[in-house]
Amino acid sequence: MGRFVLKRLIYMVITLWLIATITFFLMHNLPGSPLQNEEKLPPELKEIILKEYGLDKPLPVQYVNYLGNLITGDLGNSYKYDGRKVTDMIMDGFSASATLGVQAISFGVVVGLILGCVAALRRGTWIDSGATVLSVLGVSIPSFVLGALLSYYVGVELQWLPPALWEGWEYTILPSLALSFLVIAQIARYVRTEMLEVLGQDYIKTAKAKGLGRPAVIIRHALRNALIPAITIMAPLTVALLTGTLVIEQIFAIPGMGYMFVDSIQTNDFTAIMGVTMFYSFLLVVSIFIVDILYGIIDPRIRLTGAKE
Amino acid sequence: MDQNNMLEVRDLHVSFQTYNGEVQAVRGVTFDVKKGETVAIVGESGCGKSVTSQSLMRLIPQPPGQIKSGEIWFDGKDLTQVAEKDMEKIRGKDIAMIFQDPMTSLNPTMTVGKQIMEGLIKHQNMGKDQARERALEMLRLVGIPSPESRIHQYPHQFSGGMRQRAMIAIALACAPKLLIADEPTTALDVTIQAQILELMNDLKEKLETSIILITHDLGVVADVADRVVVMYAGKVIETGTVEEIFYRPRHPYTWGLMGSMPRLDLEQEKELTPILGTPPDLLSPPKGCPFAARCKHAMKVCQQEMPETTEVDSETHKVNCWLEHPMAPAVEPPAEVVGGGSK
Repeated sequence: MGRFVLKRLIYMVITLWLIATITFFLMHNLPGSPLQNEEKLPPELKEIILKEYGLDKPLPVQYVNYLGNLITGDLGNSYKYDGRKVTDMIMDGFSASATLGVQAISFGVVVGLILGCVAALRRGTWIDSGATVLSVLGVSIPSFVLGALLSYYVGVELQWLPPALWEGWEYTILPSLALSFLVIAQIARYVRTEMLEVLGQDYIKTAKAKGLGRPAVIIRHALRNALIPAITIMAPLTVALLTGTLVIEQIFAIPGMGYMFVDSIQTNDFTAIMGVTMFYSFLLVVSIFIVDILYGIIDPRIRLTGAKE
Repeated sequence: MDQNNMLEVRDLHVSFQTYNGEVQAVRGVTFDVKKGETVAIVGESGCGKSVTSQSLMRLIPQPPGQIKSGEIWFDGKDLTQVAEKDMEKIRGKDIAMIFQDPMTSLNPTMTVGKQIMEGLIKHQNMGKDQARERALEMLRLVGIPSPESRIHQYPHQFSGGMRQRAMIAIALACAPKLLIADEPTTALDVTIQAQILELMNDLKEKLETSIILITHDLGVVADVADRVVVMYAGKVIETGTVEEIFYRPRHPYTWGLMGSMPRLDLEQEKELTPILGTPPDLLSPPKGCPFAARCKHAMKVCQQEMPETTEVDSETHKVNCWLEHPMAPAVEPPAEVVGGGSK
């Protein structure tokens, strides 16, 4: 297991380095510069500013400097907001985004799991059909449409919950719900299909033949095996959630990272864009790492093949 | 219920509801198993032998499966009438089962030890440590080397033969009175087959368990069984001791089975005789003898009515065939079958 974890860690570092490199060169090949909006700037002043940010040096030198700073966790200063560090800007937005993401994913996973299991065990009943309809809707309706609908009907019309802004826990409910719908749908779909498949397996018959009751058969023998594919989709789901927050934060006017990211793109704030991209990538790679480890814990076959290599 | 009988199955009917209609997989099966006896149920694929065995433990999926009628007497109880909760207490404790494919019948995400311990904890009220001790003992009993480390391993770390040994350990952990082995050696190669059969025979002696062995391998039957039940198209067509079935078979289908089996005591050059044709569709089973369409000796009456069970030469040997009727013409079994009988 130790070697399995180490191997995944090395992969993580390589992935992050690749992302950093690609984003760096892509950004520098984009038209436009952080100073383009300030056209009336005298050339001398412009040079001073470029020098201060290290933009006068040749690209390879800039790249090496950038990587060096990245390793120490320094994402540089914002080009747009004088004297503000990108790390601070990210941290400001991160708590809101993280609250949203964590709430959406935990609620989504729990509800999705229950829904999927119940649908599989009550196959062919109205519960099953209901879960299927919900899954199809959840996968096909984008979170921003749902977000807007929730904000309008629950927030504005019914006035049950605040339709926007970020001023307390009740403000997190609607955007988290809007985000979690996709998670519920996907997890329920996978768990249902897999549960049905697993329930038809021979080892379930073995478990029944031992005289185990239905709850023991389902929880001890079926569920764990049915979870394997559901865990696999957790990584792509996390990506979907991350991109989902970008839009949801705009709809609900939440001062999160997504809000800041969009803003930095519009203002050509290179260091901020790079910083947020790296931060998102880091989150993503870490979540994939966690999924891999979970995978290894749940399925002993994976743990061991990983360790042998 | 006869005192010597462990199990009595009376006129068991099992059907499956499908989109095409009702498939009558088992159509009136009657047999019994005595204490400490090994009974083999033989027949080709789809003849209802697995369905029969799973019905004994009420393991057929319901729906679509359904025990339509009949009685299964075990330990003074009719298992078709027992409540599901009480059935759980019988499964694994009094009746245990081994399945055909050891590669898929163990849970891949649970250690072998835990899978053995589960039944013990449930039925014997054992604590974890006690159950672990017993599991180690079982692994030793079924001949798995270094059980102390094996008990913590997962099924994928076991070979096919080892897994079947582990399955046997699971099944026998609670010392059941009856063991149902559904083609326990079909998925194994020949040397392992022999080992597993030997193991089952050994354990039967040690633990005084009755065994129902389901197979289509007559070689296996000759090795381990005391009595044989021959099934065809959901019905029992002949029963008898191993000697009676192998040396004096009476039903033309049993003749066919014997003729299609390679034997060392006959001339090697001789070709095997297959049974031509296919078994009937159990969606609409024939009203007469189900084998009539493939039978060389079929008469008019065979198509119209199912023959009664007739006792022949001894009270253990029973056959359902119109050829046993006093008015039927005398038909001699084919030479290759008699060849075995003269030995």
